[in-house]
Amino acid sequence: MNTADTPTRNGLRADLALISEWIRPGTRVLDLGCGNGALMAHLQATKQVRGYGLEIDPDNVIASVAAGVNVIQSDLDDGLAQFEDKSFDYVVMSSAIQEVAAPDALIDDMLRIGHDCIVTFPNFAHWRLRLKIALWGTMPASRALPNRWYNTPNIHLCTVHDFEALCREKKADIVRRHFVNHAHRAQAAMRLLPNVLCEIALYQLRDKPK
Amino acid sequence: MTERRDTQSVGRVTPETLSVTTPLALDCGKTLGAYDLVYETYGRLNADRSNAVLICHALSGNHHAAGWHDETDAKPGWWDKCIGPGKMIDTDRFFVVCVANLGAYNGSTGPGSINPDTGRHYGPDFPVLTVADWVRSQDVLREHLGISVWVAIVGGSLGGMQVMQWAIDFPDRLRHAVVIASAPKLSAQNIAFNEIARQAIVTDPEFHDGRYYEAGVVPRRGLMLARMLGHITYLSDEAMRAKFGRDLRAGRINYGFDVEFQVESYLRYQGESFVTRFDANTYLLMTKALDYFDPAYATGGSLAQAFAPVTARFMVVSFTSDWRFAPARSKEIVDALVDAGKAVAYAEVASDLGHDDFLLTMPHYIKTLRAYLGRAAAEVGA
Repeated sequence: MNTADTPTRNGLRADLALISEWIRPGTRVLDLGCGNGALMAHLQATKQVRGYGLEIDPDNVIASVAAGVNVIQSDLDDGLAQFEDKSFDYVVMSSAIQEVAAPDALIDDMLRIGHDCIVTFPNFAHWRLRLKIALWGTMPASRALPNRWYNTPNIHLCTVHDFEALCREKKADIVRRHFVNHAHRAQAAMRLLPNVLCEIALYQLRDKPK
Repeated sequence: MTERRDTQSVGRVTPETLSVTTPLALDCGKTLGAYDLVYETYGRLNADRSNAVLICHALSGNHHAAGWHDETDAKPGWWDKCIGPGKMIDTDRFFVVCVANLGAYNGSTGPGSINPDTGRHYGPDFPVLTVADWVRSQDVLREHLGISVWVAIVGGSLGGMQVMQWAIDFPDRLRHAVVIASAPKLSAQNIAFNEIARQAIVTDPEFHDGRYYEAGVVPRRGLMLARMLGHITYLSDEAMRAKFGRDLRAGRINYGFDVEFQVESYLRYQGESFVTRFDANTYLLMTKALDYFDPAYATGGSLAQAFAPVTARFMVVSFTSDWRFAPARSKEIVDALVDAGKAVAYAEVASDLGHDDFLLTMPHYIKTLRAYLGRAAAEVGA
C-alpha cells in the first residue's frame, strides 16, 4: 500500500493522518501491521500515546525500532491470544485486513482487546475495479491494489458492503465511517454511494455491550 | 594477523581488577568476605558519565569481550564481532564494560582462587551463586566506576538473564535492557542437559570432589563431555547437517569405534580445546545459576508481576534456528513485559546456526540493534 506516489499529510501517509485524528491523546494503542512505525511514532510524539506495533517484515521492524516504536515482530496469522481483554483503548489495523489468513477471527480478537477498533481497507467494489473485471474479464489492479493476481499479498479482499455485513455478524457497533479516494480525499458523492465511489474505507468499531 | 590491523577493533586491551573488601551477601545464605572483580573497558566515558554500557557474559564467557591481550593471542575477545568502533555496540559512542562474573574462569574470584579462610583453593567450597548475586556484584563495580546509570545493559543467553535481573532489582540503574537469545527460566529439557553435563564432570575419577587443583589433575574427560553435549545444543540440526553432513574423515567406513565422522572429530576438538581454557567447577556453578534463574518464582509464577518494578525500555532478540532458547522463550519475556505495560521491542531474526547466532553478525540482527542502541546513544548525547 505504501507506494512512492502515496499522498502524505504533515509528513504522514494520508490514511494514517486520518486515523490519527480519531485517536484521543494519552491513550493506549495497539497497531496491527505497523509498517515502518510512522503512525505510532506520530501518536507518541504528538498525542502522548503509549503502545505497541506488530509487524512481520524485518526491514519494517528495523525502521520501527529506529523510529522509537515498541515494535514486536510477529505474524498476525498467529492470532492475538497474548493480549488481554480490553487492554488497549484502540486497536488499529490499517490496510492489513486483506492480507491476513482469517480476517473474521482477527476482528473478533480486535474487539476483545480494544475498547475501540479502527480498520481501514481498500474497497474492492470501487467502480473502476468493477469496470475492469466487467469489460476486460481480468483480475483488476489499481493504484490502491497494484499487484497481479499471482503475487498479491491481498488474499481476502472485501467491499464496503462485505465489511459492514461482517460487523453486523460480529454484533460490532460502527462508531463512525469515512470514505476517501486514492488521494485520501472525501467527496460528497462518496457518502451517497460509498461502495461504488470510495477507494479506501475507514471504520471505527466497538464491541456491543453484552 | 590482518584482523589485528582491523580499524574496527578496539585493539590491545588490559584487564583491570577491583578488589572488594565489603562482604557480599549471597542468595544461598553465605557471604563472600572479600573478592576480586576482573573487568575490561572499551571506548571512553563521556564527561557526564552517561554513555556506559555493561556487557553480561554467558556460560563460557569472561571479561575479555573484545580486542586482544597480546600479539600471541589466537583469537580476540568472545564478542569482538559485535563490539568495536563502528560495530553493533559502537565504542566510538559508548564506554563499554565487561566484567567476569564471580566464579567464572580466569577472571574474578572463583573456585580456582585461594580461600583466605583456609589458604586452600575454594574448589567445592566456593558458594553456589545466582544471577541475582552476580548482578549485586556488578553493581559494586558500577559504583566504583562512578556510573550512576548504565545507558544500556546487554547480554545474550545467560547474559540476557542478568540483564532482566538488573532491570528488576536495580530499575533506576539502567535506561535500556537488551536481552538476546535468552529465556525467562530454563525448561525441564534445558535443566536435563545441564544435569548430564554436571554428571559427566563429577563422575570423572579425576574430579576428586572438586579438589582436583590440589591433586594436580584436571577432570578432562568429564569437562570435555560436558562441552561436547553443550555444543550440540548451541548448533541447529540444519547447521550441523550443512557443516558436516555424514562426511567421513577417511572417506570410508572402518567398522570401529574411533572417530570416523567429521562431526565426531569436530566435537572432540571442541571438547579438548575447551578443557585447556575452562574450569570444571566453574562449569558446575554456571549451569546451576542457569537452572535456578526464575524471576517469576518470587511472584507466584507471574513474570509480568516480577517485571512490575521495571523502568528500563527492553529490546528482546531471538533467532529462528535457536532450539536451546527458542523464539517462543523470548516471546514469554515480551508478553510478560506487555502485560506489565512496559516498553519493549522484539525482533525474531531468521538464522541458520542456532543459539550461537547471537555472537555473529546477521544483517537483520546487527541493523536492529544498531538502530536501537543508536537511539539510546542519542538520548544521552553520545
